[in-house]
Amino acid sequence: MNAHKVIFCKTNTLKSLWTSGRRSWINRLHDGVCGRVQASFSSCSPKVCIVGGGPAGFYTAQHLIKARQDLEVDIYERLPVPFGLVRFGVAPDHPEVKNVINTFTQTAQHSRCCFYGNVNVGQDLSVEELRRAYHAVVLSYGAEGNRSMGVPGEHLAGVHSAKDFVAWYNGVPSNRELNPDLSNETAVVLGQGNVALDVARILLSPIDTLKKTDITQPALEALAESQVRRVLIVGRRGPMQVACTIKEVREMVNLPGTRPEMVAAEFEGVAEALKELPRPRKRLTELMVKAALEIPGEKERARRSEVSRSWGFRFFRSPVEVLAAPDLTRVAGIRLAINRLEGSGEGARAVPTGEVEDVTCGLVISSIGYKSLPIDPSVPFDSRRAIVPNTMGRVQQATGLYCSGWLKTGPTGVIATTMNNSFDTARTLLEDIDSGTLDVSATKPGSQGVSALLEERGVKPVTFSDWEKIDKEETRRGEAMGKPREKLLVVEEMLQVAWT
Amino acid sequence: MADVELGEEQQSSDLTAARACEGTLACSTCHLILEQEVYDQLGLIVDEELDMLDLAYGLTDTSRLGCQVCLSKSVEGLTVRVPAGVNDMRQADDTGSSSSA
Repeated sequence: MNAHKVIFCKTNTLKSLWTSGRRSWINRLHDGVCGRVQASFSSCSPKVCIVGGGPAGFYTAQHLIKARQDLEVDIYERLPVPFGLVRFGVAPDHPEVKNVINTFTQTAQHSRCCFYGNVNVGQDLSVEELRRAYHAVVLSYGAEGNRSMGVPGEHLAGVHSAKDFVAWYNGVPSNRELNPDLSNETAVVLGQGNVALDVARILLSPIDTLKKTDITQPALEALAESQVRRVLIVGRRGPMQVACTIKEVREMVNLPGTRPEMVAAEFEGVAEALKELPRPRKRLTELMVKAALEIPGEKERARRSEVSRSWGFRFFRSPVEVLAAPDLTRVAGIRLAINRLEGSGEGARAVPTGEVEDVTCGLVISSIGYKSLPIDPSVPFDSRRAIVPNTMGRVQQATGLYCSGWLKTGPTGVIATTMNNSFDTARTLLEDIDSGTLDVSATKPGSQGVSALLEERGVKPVTFSDWEKIDKEETRRGEAMGKPREKLLVVEEMLQVAWT
Repeated sequence: MADVELGEEQQSSDLTAARACEGTLACSTCHLILEQEVYDQLGLIVDEELDMLDLAYGLTDTSRLGCQVCLSKSVEGLTVRVPAGVNDMRQADDTGSSSSA
């Protein structure tokens, strides 16, 4: 490291920190304060900007900050609140998965890291403007869109993407008014990944369990009134191709107040194929076969006869049309094409047989994948794969531009996957600094370079300590309800709490 | 709780990132590969640990999750292998499988 570059150069802003009474938020930005004083050698150190304050953004920041003592990272996030899908995607009844928030909080509170919420990159700031202000920009804004089924009737009332349904019960402000129709007995979920199972489990969980989680109060109240009694989890292929994992299937099997109901014929040949399978797939398939086919003992038989809710996988079925009710505005059912499998194992393909089957239902949730969206015309985007084209996180044909998380590899994988993914991008960026591919010798203004733009555009960032006020308020409200937190559901309210 | 002393070459930020879920059986980032004799000495594995272990990168027959294992003094000085990657199996592949945490 070049010691001679460590100079104290921001005396003016230091002065404004100590002498002014009511400091404007611009002065705070100039200090890089985020609520605390930052060492002032910062104008000459490598400055990295991260777009997106979810797991990818935080893990990338964590790795960068740890690797170089002179590197500063700013994280920009569109919402006033950080943590992305850890807050808005992980199911309310999986609180242990959210423990990573503690690590992210440590990163955000690091003296060389600054969080700026309530800043919409692509709207309030362009990626070009960020690239001028920072030595490197890492895009980690994830996948806010979803894959569509591409079938007629998809836009009828009562049809939702899993992304929207999950966002609704997890309190994403823009999904507050989703108002899903829970008045019909049967709900059909398309897709058999862990998100599909989360949806089924939340639809069928006893209210007494849900009311102790951080599920939003409006969702809890809607679910308390829900008439949904049967959830079918439908996939194109067979039992040995499901994308979900064993923990989530076990949760369904053990879900109080429910019984499994599956079609034995759909498991033909599966038990025989078990012994060839690798251990993880074998254990998962065994569990499904048991739930589907095993004749229950007396006690379990009695239990099953008393419960009013059921769930089940349905295999070899693809949606071909969502059927409308007589008023032509709502869903009344779904038409499914029946498939057969060609090949076996992970590579098996679903081939239509020509037969179809109609299922009556009042709610259709399509859980067939999230999808990234382009943020800015200046950033290359592969619309077929819905990712930013890159090599190990380095965006192609764009020096100093990187990507991490789902935007880089596509929208699958859990937090640990994203952690690796983000560390890889951080390593690539660090290698580029070391090799000189990424030139960090020129002074860059970092957040100072964008603060004037934000002010002139009427955008006021939410700092991490502002978020901590929102956090405290949500926790306080939650305590009154016997919940870990009661999430604020409206951006204006979040800002109000942040800035009091 | 496994209290593993790291040799110098292993002290990297990757290892400190293990225990993403802080020992609550919600990830597999603390996956360790043990010697057969040590593995055999340890207690029974419950389904919940096996469920998460099943997702670990480089799973072996002597794999355990570090957060669930108590290593006593009698195994002091033993070598524990940490897999090259901590990738969870719930990740991208071409069939478009989707997962959530």
